[in-house]
Amino acid sequence: MAEVTFLEALRQGIWEEMERDDRVFILGEDVGLYGGAFKVTEGFSKRFGESRVIDTPISEAAIVGAAAGAAHMGLRPVAEMQFIDFISCAYDMLTNYVATARYRAGLSTPMVVRGPCGGYVRGGPFHSQNPEAAFLHTPGLKIVYPATVRDAKGLIKASIRDEDPVLFLEHKWLYRRIKEQLPEGEEILTPIGQARIAREGKHLSIISYGATLWKSLEAAEQLEKADGVSVEVVDLRTLLPMDDAAIVATVKKTNKALIVHEDTRTGGIAGEIAARINEQAFEWLDGPIMRVTAHDVPLPYAPTLEDFVLPQTDDIVKAARWLAAY
Amino acid sequence: MALPATRPTAAVPSGVVLSPDQLLEIYYYLRLTRTLEERLVALYRQTKVIGGLFRSLGQEGESVASAYALERGRHKDVLSPLIRNLGSLLVMGAQPIEILRQYMAKADSPTHGRELNVHFNDLERGYLGQISHLGDMIPVMAGIALSFKLRGEPRVGLVYIGDGGTSTGTFHEGLNLAAVQRLPLVVIGEYNHWAYSTPPEKQFAVKDLAEKAKGYGVPAVTVDGNDVFAVYEATRFAVDRARRGKGVHFIEVKTYRRKGHAEHDDQHYVPKPDLERWAKENDPVDRYVQRLLTGEMVAEADLKDIDDRVRVEVDQATDACVNEPLPTPESALPGVYVDPPAADKLWFKVL
Repeated sequence: MAEVTFLEALRQGIWEEMERDDRVFILGEDVGLYGGAFKVTEGFSKRFGESRVIDTPISEAAIVGAAAGAAHMGLRPVAEMQFIDFISCAYDMLTNYVATARYRAGLSTPMVVRGPCGGYVRGGPFHSQNPEAAFLHTPGLKIVYPATVRDAKGLIKASIRDEDPVLFLEHKWLYRRIKEQLPEGEEILTPIGQARIAREGKHLSIISYGATLWKSLEAAEQLEKADGVSVEVVDLRTLLPMDDAAIVATVKKTNKALIVHEDTRTGGIAGEIAARINEQAFEWLDGPIMRVTAHDVPLPYAPTLEDFVLPQTDDIVKAARWLAAY
Repeated sequence: MALPATRPTAAVPSGVVLSPDQLLEIYYYLRLTRTLEERLVALYRQTKVIGGLFRSLGQEGESVASAYALERGRHKDVLSPLIRNLGSLLVMGAQPIEILRQYMAKADSPTHGRELNVHFNDLERGYLGQISHLGDMIPVMAGIALSFKLRGEPRVGLVYIGDGGTSTGTFHEGLNLAAVQRLPLVVIGEYNHWAYSTPPEKQFAVKDLAEKAKGYGVPAVTVDGNDVFAVYEATRFAVDRARRGKGVHFIEVKTYRRKGHAEHDDQHYVPKPDLERWAKENDPVDRYVQRLLTGEMVAEADLKDIDDRVRVEVDQATDACVNEPLPTPESALPGVYVDPPAADKLWFKVL
């Protein structure tokens, strides 16, 4: 066993896949000798050569488009967005070209578009985004969003092996903040499309993912100690396709659902989850489906502003307490 | 009456030799393109074509000649056609019946009724259909060329872009990436004078599309797009160069779109005298035939035989598929992902 960070787990996952499969290659901005803005690909250029770790111009649409073309021909591109905020520059390419390719034309496009997302790091409006909701209604795309070190490794490996295109979101607040013992010499693969119970509970379910999973776990701990409320916490891990069975199972168990995400509220994923619970577990509900999210504003820079806008542990505790008492 | 500049702006090596059989094969594809489109017009008027119909009248020469310069066959060169490159698709091996089925949205069409007209592909034969977002195929074809480079395969990609399409961001991003990476990619810029109803002067402030390519360090030539020989020679040069690892090459073909954007468009915005002049004096098929006959390269009877053969082929293909069924409604569901199948996720199954 060795203790590794979230970032190191990602690095190991991509490295192992490149060692295992010579069809896997990396392309993106500053990914080569520099090793990427966050150093996820540090040392890759030296080990695998410049032809498999390609520095590109600042052209997100071309990065995603070229990855698609290479994927059609049987390669396995891993495209990095330096910050996932810039995926909007490739929105057309990813949603219109890549995601539709199998359905409209029978084209295989096994590729990963990955990059650092999320706030709590004083990154301001354009280095903090969570773009998942913009891609959730894109049939043909998978969206993966790990919260733990183990899943960072297991899911990036599974995404690289997946036959369909995957948008892989890495919360940069987690990159060096969380550590976990991972076994050496044992392959870690986390199946795409399966949520995980992060904490067992009886009275109320919190459904979350990414950085707010950790804040939800903190809130659950506080509620257990202060109120004696037993909170179950579900880590979605994959957002598309969504694990309906896990969501329905936890709601049927605790009869109350609180959805927590860092993305803004209107049109956020919480709305979709609430609709699914309504369709599939309405009769089991003992209270309204609640959500804790960011406020509907672009994410501001100043610590006072950012902390106010993003969901904090206290916000989750308050909402859960209210729902538990309902 | 002067036609637009048609002289090459950079040297194209002459001396490309085409055998009489090859010359006749090129004629076959020119004639097949035109006859098949005329058949599609008839089917459109009978409301058998489900969506719009897009003609390549006047552009068959550059389509066929450029595709003909590629190596064809299983796992050889790959091209990505636009809506007015039916001729290119046929050269690469797409069958008339596939085109007819696509336009009529038949269940047995290459996309099973999911996509339109020439939006389909067969990467083994060497063609990748476009999507409607112009410019997007430049980065995608750069990626295909990148796969050739990474694997050390002596293969070339060829992609078309219209004069209007060169205004998109993806065109510029893709061309620049391909140039920096020295990818084996040939880009054909089709200056056909009309992007839907927009003329070149409202689309860009340069005279020739080749100037745009030169801005990225890409060698570029401008050729007479209605001269089959000129387009073939220029493309052959660019393809050979790309195959030798010398990188991207841009060929601008000056041509003219002689029909509206699609069949519904009466092109009232196009000056009539221009249309008449291009039809009368600069039709690519007429010019090609004239060259063949005045140069005594082929016999007139051979051309006549091809005309007859094409007519029979198009008749047979039409008869074989015109009454085929459309896809069943529920066939709309599967195939979004490899796994899980969409059918397992039917929202209405919970009711």
